[in-house]
Amino acid sequence: MDNMNKPYNFKDHMINRKDRFVPGHRMCAGCGGAVAVRSVLRSLHDEDKAVIGNATSCLEVSSYMYPYSAYEDSYIHNAFENAGATMSGVETAYRVLQKKEKIDEHYKFITFGGDGGTYDIGFQSLSGAMERGHDFVYVCYDNGAYMNTGTQRSSATPRYADTTTTPAGKVKNGKIQVRKDLSAIMAEHHIPYVAQTTFLGNFKDIYTKAERAIYTPGPAFLNILSPCPRGWGYETSDMMEICRLAVETCYWPMYEVVDGTWTLTYKPKKKLPIEDFLRPQRRFRHLFKPGNEELLEQFQKEIDKNWNDILIKCNI
Amino acid sequence: MRERLSGNEAVAYAIKQINPDVMPAFPITPSTEIPQYVSTYIANGEMDTEFIHVESEHSSMSAAIGASAAGARALTATSSCGLALMWEELYVAASDRLPIVLALVNRALSGPININADHSDSMGARDSGWIQIYAESNQEAYDNFVQAYKIAENPGVMLPVMICQDGFITSHGVENIELIEDELVKGFVGEYDPVHYLLNAKEPMAVGPYAVSNYYMESKRGQREAMLNAKHVILDTAAEFEKISGRKYGFFEEYRLNDADYAIVIIGSAAGTAKAAIEQIRKTTHEKVGLLKIRVFRPFPEEEIAEALSNVKAVAILDRSEMFSGTGGPLGAEVTAALYRAKSEAEVVNYIYGLGGRDITIQDFTEIYDELKRIADTHEIRDNYRYIGLRERGRDNG
Amino acid sequence: MISDRINENSPWQDITQGNKLFEAATSREFITGEWRTQMPIHNAEKCRDCYLCVPVCPDMSIIVNKDEKIEFDMDHCKGCGICAKVCPFEAIKMEVQG
Repeated sequence: MDNMNKPYNFKDHMINRKDRFVPGHRMCAGCGGAVAVRSVLRSLHDEDKAVIGNATSCLEVSSYMYPYSAYEDSYIHNAFENAGATMSGVETAYRVLQKKEKIDEHYKFITFGGDGGTYDIGFQSLSGAMERGHDFVYVCYDNGAYMNTGTQRSSATPRYADTTTTPAGKVKNGKIQVRKDLSAIMAEHHIPYVAQTTFLGNFKDIYTKAERAIYTPGPAFLNILSPCPRGWGYETSDMMEICRLAVETCYWPMYEVVDGTWTLTYKPKKKLPIEDFLRPQRRFRHLFKPGNEELLEQFQKEIDKNWNDILIKCNI
Repeated sequence: MRERLSGNEAVAYAIKQINPDVMPAFPITPSTEIPQYVSTYIANGEMDTEFIHVESEHSSMSAAIGASAAGARALTATSSCGLALMWEELYVAASDRLPIVLALVNRALSGPININADHSDSMGARDSGWIQIYAESNQEAYDNFVQAYKIAENPGVMLPVMICQDGFITSHGVENIELIEDELVKGFVGEYDPVHYLLNAKEPMAVGPYAVSNYYMESKRGQREAMLNAKHVILDTAAEFEKISGRKYGFFEEYRLNDADYAIVIIGSAAGTAKAAIEQIRKTTHEKVGLLKIRVFRPFPEEEIAEALSNVKAVAILDRSEMFSGTGGPLGAEVTAALYRAKSEAEVVNYIYGLGGRDITIQDFTEIYDELKRIADTHEIRDNYRYIGLRERGRDNG
Repeated sequence: MISDRINENSPWQDITQGNKLFEAATSREFITGEWRTQMPIHNAEKCRDCYLCVPVCPDMSIIVNKDEKIEFDMDHCKGCGICAKVCPFEAIKMEVQG
């Protein structure tokens, strides 16, 4: 915990922290999910051991394809819908084996799921694990669709997005429903730590939140917006710009909820119009066709409402 | 130690004596009492197992898998739809080669919803890679549970084990039971010291990979080898168990089978009724009738069953679950195959009985033995797949 | 090398029990650099060691070495170009690979 109170120093972090997610994984070139995983695992302190969990996902099939593991730590994948329950078992085993004096080392437990494994099929398992108070971090790398099976919509997919199961066609404009606000739902579990983050500038936000999530005793939930160049339709090199626009348009508010208290961790100086985030992505291309101005207005209205709600929750 | 316990309490008592590390469980009738008893033992400081109050059976098996992979001795208990909900996880537990024990209280699968005994739950899971051991009585359920970890954790096996007993009939019926002293049980089961586990600080481990076609088939062959190894481990364990209990176990029990002309093959509590019928028939008509009661269904002791039935003229195989193949039940199919491979000349007929808790009576068994005699005499089977204890039009259903 | 012990020609007896792996980070043996269609060219003169390119790499392929200079792991770089885009000094250029 001492390290947590040290001021963040980017250069020091780059020189001294070790990657515990290693090269040779088979995530696509430019994958945001891979950046999410490495960022979280870099936040572990060297002296701590860890068990990494994983829901079935792009990450799982790419990072432990037999016999190639991309982890420096122990790793467990079980199935798609049960990363929360699986890690509950691992964490409980740790407490028992400690009690029985069979283990001396300190372990931390982190499990990763995509938005499919977290918002949807694994939601019950996650909710149960958080409610029971297991001491682990559940990290959702949210790329807003079932990317592993080829970009089908999830409950994290933004409204109007063109996916392979909500294609924009002659009479349909992509997904009809609005996103599920999972981070808020997790905060309503009254767990000690919940945060939303993504990749910005010198990564201070994500490293700080990941470290807090890992080193806060009890359950923690971290939701990381993780761009997918294939599913969203942008050039692989543009990841950081896409993240910046998600944050500057208030599409992806950056906040944390510590013991029930909401804090905004980044406030755009000047909120950009949502079009700036949507325009570079192929999945929203149809929104810019003449006649669809209303859809953009609707999108902006929803963003404004969500943002205002968050400002209220954060007492701003 | 003599006691009077229900099957559920007997299994819970075995769990207390073994004192495993982690038990995730979710209530479902008729197995609910097992986690209740365990929770009470924990609340009273009689055991130090960590109980995980999961939100579903899918999560109970998922958490058991996590705990077992982490290096803990793990278990759960369930029935029927609970087992069905953890179906996917049963396969994962077996393919990950995790020595988890599951106390299964057999109950009919929905639908329609029914809370009483049949074997449709565990029979559906027969291909999942689990060892399956069945009990006729509370005593057997207890004894089987005490032996379970020793089989599961054997280095040549490392497979999960399902200890099955019949819902209500065994699980809730209170019977006299002989319990083994705590220290004897603890010594028999031993400490669990896995070689490889997630929390081994000296050796990181990865579990649950994506395995492409180049590896998948080889890993299934490995599971088969473990199942084959389990055969002698089950017998060795039974032999050791006899030393502490005086009670003898094998793959199956042969009851009055030595000189039998007509045999019934059955699993579970109904064997008790069959035995009563056999005594009555032998006393009244002096027909040589016998019984083969399966204890170990996975691995399937094919050659041993065929050998035990080698002198009978006709066999009735009784299934307490449908498999809707239109040709019989799972036990029927496998025992028939065993007899065929052994080039048996016995006549074989397959009955479905007791679905959803339907009683099977001494009268039913007498009818079956009469039919076996008729078949043996005439070599005319008529219908080799039928229901007994079923109301039918055009039949006296009294 | 794990691939010497377990590979596509291994008989079933050599496949680890339950497909578990008893060592870490074996993926390093898998050369993802072969996927690359563009490659980053680093201009050391323009580089001011700001390291902004380091954390953005999805493949951990930009490493800060002992001299506190960045180095590229071309065995694993997939050529996505995120590093080139974030460099404030144009010290990384993506070139189509021949």
